[in-house]
Amino acid sequence: MTAFILKRLLSGVITIWFIATATFVGMHAVPGNPLLNAKAASPEVQKNLQARYGLDKPVTTQYVIFLNNMLHGEFGISFTQKNRRVNDIIAEHFPVSATLGVLALVIAAAGGIIWGAVTALYRDKWPDATIMLFVVVAVSVPSFVFAMLGQLGILKLNELLGFSLLPVAGWGSFGHMLVPALVLGLGTMAYLTRLMRSSMLEVTSADFIRTARAKGVSTLRIFFKHQLRNAILPVVTVLGPAIAAITTGGFVVELVFAIPGLGRYFVQAVQQLDYTVIMGTTVFYGAFLVIMVLAVDIVYGFIDPRIRVGKSGG
Amino acid sequence: MYKKRSFRLCSMAQLGFLLIFSGLLLTASQVSAVALDREARRITYAMSSEPPDLNTTTSTDQVSHMVLDHVMEGLLTYDSENNLAPGVAERWKLREDGATFWLRKGLRWSDGRPLLAKDFVFAWRKVLEPATASEYAFILFPLVNAQAINEGKLPIEALGIKAVDDYTLEVRFAKPCPYFLGLTAFSTLFPINEAFYNSRNGRYAADAGDLLYNGPFKMTEWVHGASLKMEKNPHYWNREAIWLNEVDVPYITDDGNARLNLLRDNHIALANNLGEQVLGGALQQRMQIKSFLDGGMFYLEFNHRPDRVTRNRNLRKAIQAVFSAEDYVYKVLGTPGTYPAYTLFPRWIKGEKQMFKREHPPRKPEINLEKARAYLVAAKKELGLEKFPPLSLLADDGSGGNRTAEFMQTLLKQTLDLDVKVDVQIFKQRLAKMTTGDFDMVLSGWGPDYDDPLTYGDLFMSVNLNNRGRYSSDTYDHWVSVAQSTVDVKQRMQAFGKLQDILFEDVVIIPMYERGKVYVQHPKLKRVIRRAVGGDPNFNYAVIKE
Amino acid sequence: MMNAFRPTPQDFYPLIKQDEADVVVRPSLSYWQNAWRRLKRNRRALISLYIVVFLLLFSFAAPQVFEFDSQSQDLTQLSKTPGLERQSLVVDTAPWEGRFAAHPATDGPLQAVTDLQVIDVAHTEAVRLAWAPVAGASYYRVYRHILRPSGDKDLGLPLGETEYVDQVSFEDRLKLDTVKYYYSVQAVSKMGEVSPYTTVAVQPRHAISVRDAVARGLLEPEQLQQRIGTEVTLKRHLLGTDYLGRDMLARLVYGGQTSLLIGIVAPLLFVALGIVYGGLAGYLGGRIDELMMRFADFVIALPFLLFMILFRVAMGIGPGESGIVPMLLALVLLSWPAVARLVRGQMLQIREQPFVDAARLMGAGSGYLIFRHMLPNVMGVVLVSLTFSIPSAIFTEAFLSFIGMGVAPPTPSWGSMCNDGVKSFMSHPHELLFPAFMISITVLAFNLLGDGLRDALDARMKD
Repeated sequence: MTAFILKRLLSGVITIWFIATATFVGMHAVPGNPLLNAKAASPEVQKNLQARYGLDKPVTTQYVIFLNNMLHGEFGISFTQKNRRVNDIIAEHFPVSATLGVLALVIAAAGGIIWGAVTALYRDKWPDATIMLFVVVAVSVPSFVFAMLGQLGILKLNELLGFSLLPVAGWGSFGHMLVPALVLGLGTMAYLTRLMRSSMLEVTSADFIRTARAKGVSTLRIFFKHQLRNAILPVVTVLGPAIAAITTGGFVVELVFAIPGLGRYFVQAVQQLDYTVIMGTTVFYGAFLVIMVLAVDIVYGFIDPRIRVGKSGG
Repeated sequence: MYKKRSFRLCSMAQLGFLLIFSGLLLTASQVSAVALDREARRITYAMSSEPPDLNTTTSTDQVSHMVLDHVMEGLLTYDSENNLAPGVAERWKLREDGATFWLRKGLRWSDGRPLLAKDFVFAWRKVLEPATASEYAFILFPLVNAQAINEGKLPIEALGIKAVDDYTLEVRFAKPCPYFLGLTAFSTLFPINEAFYNSRNGRYAADAGDLLYNGPFKMTEWVHGASLKMEKNPHYWNREAIWLNEVDVPYITDDGNARLNLLRDNHIALANNLGEQVLGGALQQRMQIKSFLDGGMFYLEFNHRPDRVTRNRNLRKAIQAVFSAEDYVYKVLGTPGTYPAYTLFPRWIKGEKQMFKREHPPRKPEINLEKARAYLVAAKKELGLEKFPPLSLLADDGSGGNRTAEFMQTLLKQTLDLDVKVDVQIFKQRLAKMTTGDFDMVLSGWGPDYDDPLTYGDLFMSVNLNNRGRYSSDTYDHWVSVAQSTVDVKQRMQAFGKLQDILFEDVVIIPMYERGKVYVQHPKLKRVIRRAVGGDPNFNYAVIKE
Repeated sequence: MMNAFRPTPQDFYPLIKQDEADVVVRPSLSYWQNAWRRLKRNRRALISLYIVVFLLLFSFAAPQVFEFDSQSQDLTQLSKTPGLERQSLVVDTAPWEGRFAAHPATDGPLQAVTDLQVIDVAHTEAVRLAWAPVAGASYYRVYRHILRPSGDKDLGLPLGETEYVDQVSFEDRLKLDTVKYYYSVQAVSKMGEVSPYTTVAVQPRHAISVRDAVARGLLEPEQLQQRIGTEVTLKRHLLGTDYLGRDMLARLVYGGQTSLLIGIVAPLLFVALGIVYGGLAGYLGGRIDELMMRFADFVIALPFLLFMILFRVAMGIGPGESGIVPMLLALVLLSWPAVARLVRGQMLQIREQPFVDAARLMGAGSGYLIFRHMLPNVMGVVLVSLTFSIPSAIFTEAFLSFIGMGVAPPTPSWGSMCNDGVKSFMSHPHELLFPAFMISITVLAFNLLGDGLRDALDARMKD
């Protein structure tokens, strides 16, 4: 097992290097000058700005400098936030996004597994139809609408109660996280519901389930011991990258609920061509993703002992 | 029977989750702020973004200026009526060749050290120093040697500024600068203490503790990207006139709707910059809606370069004769407080004796389809074209830009049968394309840097880098230099009048609208200052009524 | 007592073999034939198939038959709800000079405005107000509310101030609609003192300017003076209009072309790619699986927006041109890894199943194993993935068009209509609801179809 993990970590490092290089090349190939501003600066000022940010050097030199810094864990200073180091930006905002993201995923996973199981058990009855309707609406409407409606809902609730039960926006307590996490996890929950349903239906019609039921095993035990474990594999597969995506991508939710997360920075960085932030967040995200994928592969082994990642088949 | 049990199980699971959540909720501390606290003399506010740069020598954006105007002060400042008033300087003398400022004695920075004339000398030299690469350095160009220093040709000590003694500042102009007093109230010209600046080792203004404050407030807390807090500065010379003790900014969001919701839930005292769609809800809630002109002038800019069809005046005249600014502003934009514009100069610019717009009323184009088509035919003949190639209309990826671009595209197609391709770009790419001239028309705008019509007037001077359409006219340049080189109000206003005429006749641009910003304020909060030039909004003199 | 049956040797001769007895056996069908049969019998899947066909007809065939104009802007009918034909009054929109009257000075406090009235007919092109001058007033402020004002803090939208000396009139043209408005006027003195407010209520009727009527072909250019004050019938908009006055139905039809094309073709392509890639990786396992999955991770981790911009530049899409093929390509190239991961996971699970060993023992080759046995078992997961990729592709296309890569204005698409509709959701929900509804129908149809397909393809549910 340890050899497996070490090997994966090594290949992960190489993957990250590829990601960083591709992003660096892509970034510099995109037209547009990050140092241009609405008020045009004189050529001298432009020259000095370029020198300040190291953009006056040839691209290959910049790449070498960047790699060197990256090895030391240093990603430089943001172009737009003139006095903040990228490391600080990530260190201060990632925990916020991560907390929100984890909560969103817990809600999505719990909801997805439960609703998926319900729709599979009550196939073609009204619970199936209603949940199916919710799922369809959840993915057909832009998430911005749900965020707006969520905020409006909190407002109405507070007005009804006469006091502020839930905060309308901001960050700092559990109450701040609840509705944003719900909105954030909605799309994933819909997807997981369907996924769970599909694999539950497949598993349920399998022979060994029929055997267990004929033996008289209780429905509950069947569910937990047999159906869940076999059906949950696709859910786990999706969860891995989903964690990475949600924790860095809750842009809309962060905007509407005034949450100081990393998602906003990520999007703004590309729009402003903020090179250092783009590189820093991409590399960070890549590393996070690699670790999550590794975790998923390890979990595979626990779910279904027959699976051995790393063993050659065919 | 199995199914009933499963159903019960699932319901129980959901109930379980609900209980856990509720439990966690109840234990959660109530950290939400209250909009107004009269006893504590505190208000809360929501910013639209994290201030990117609080270093006055390099800062360029609105949010940073808003913060800086609360925590620092220049030679002059604005009083509660938004008029220029003595700030750090208690009196001054403005001449054609320079100015002298006499500073108040005994002023201190927030850490107790004295505020002296040399702090201004240091700061202004820093602005012009090439290594600083300040994008607002051009504001100081009226000073002697300023431009040469910024270009690296002279050392910073050659700047036409001198601290005659601890409390007297002497400034020399290379050319007359009638609006210089207003400039001293602008954040770029705020003082900086040299010893403190150097002691920060390149991290000046990186955190709340890396700045010295001489304004009505000082920043006591700054959680980057999340919140900041400003408390009353006990060292401020005019602290008697400052009623508030604290301005708390615990929310940062760019979404106008979210800000309005925060106001409705009584968490902030002022919801700034609301979009038109949000107003319906505000009206239903019977909120007091206010608006003010923020000085933003927006127009359709043409590319006048020799390789573009838009260099042809008749083509531009044709477009001018079909675009109705009124229709556009009142129907497409639909924000109250925004006015259709017929000129580059805002309606609040003062003229010689009355308002500028009354002394030099702008000419309104006549919307006439036949005349437009006649212009088009003439243009085709002059350019030697059978049919016009598709024109590219450059636009931002902001939502307003998209709507306007689509409107223009369909308008020109329906009236003049011109094909327009909408070129949507992210902000930086739009700027890059404008600089290289890769467009035919662009939706552009300008905001004032100082309180004088010249900030708009010199835009289309041929040497101005902001003149990205590369319009070039000797007559235009002539009148700009007239406005730049004299302090005689009558002459200057006439020059601006002439510039306005040229802009109309030559269709350099087609003015579209003058932006008004809409906001809602807590009814008990009074004396908030809204400004077109300088930090906005400003709570320096705000009070909370009963 | 024995009965009378006496067996004879004939009784013991074997019976003549007749034809085959009734055999209760169904015709031997291949896996795919069986699947198709089962699909046809699933009623819900059939309905969803009809829905998909209808959508395709709606978007691609209908424009050939009916005339749809998705582009013309009608500024007199902005954001209208669905309805039948509307009548409109033809009016002259020449600039109004306004009313002026001299203002006496006074010492006392400012009185409220008197004699506030609406001049002429109030209509949606302009509402004109005039009043009597107030002694001591320097200028006036005008407000507009949709509710009756309850106090001087609740006057509504600040429309503006009178601009000229002695002006006692105001013309309102701001987004007028045929609803009841309450206009309030306050006098303001030179010192800034504000008078109490006066209100007048009015409900404008729908109007169209002479210029617009001619331009739209509703009026002949001759005899314009006589036609002022008469009514014309405006074009009908069955599903209402959007924020620029464009017909919603037409936009939905043309929008469907883009959205359905991207929404169906792109997912099909990248799911197919993902199946092949993930299937191979999962089946082969070991080091090849490692390598392939690391490459997939690499693709997932690349910043989406950045590479979309890069694609756009690399493909040389000019400004304002529609780049459907490049966008398809980009979408496919950047979305396949998620499906590949799913399929690979399923493959890892399936290849350990006993039936795989059994088939192999019987001499099955790898290709046969994969296509005949293993792939049908991953269909469930694949189909769910496919149906969820459709809305994702639609919204990604909207996002890409928004940043200039994808379809250029004025070409509509359901996703971008949704994004535009979100902004006016509170005031004009129909602008969001209609395109969202179309997307929902599409997703629902493919979901049901996917369900039916999965049931039909499920090897274990053979009946």
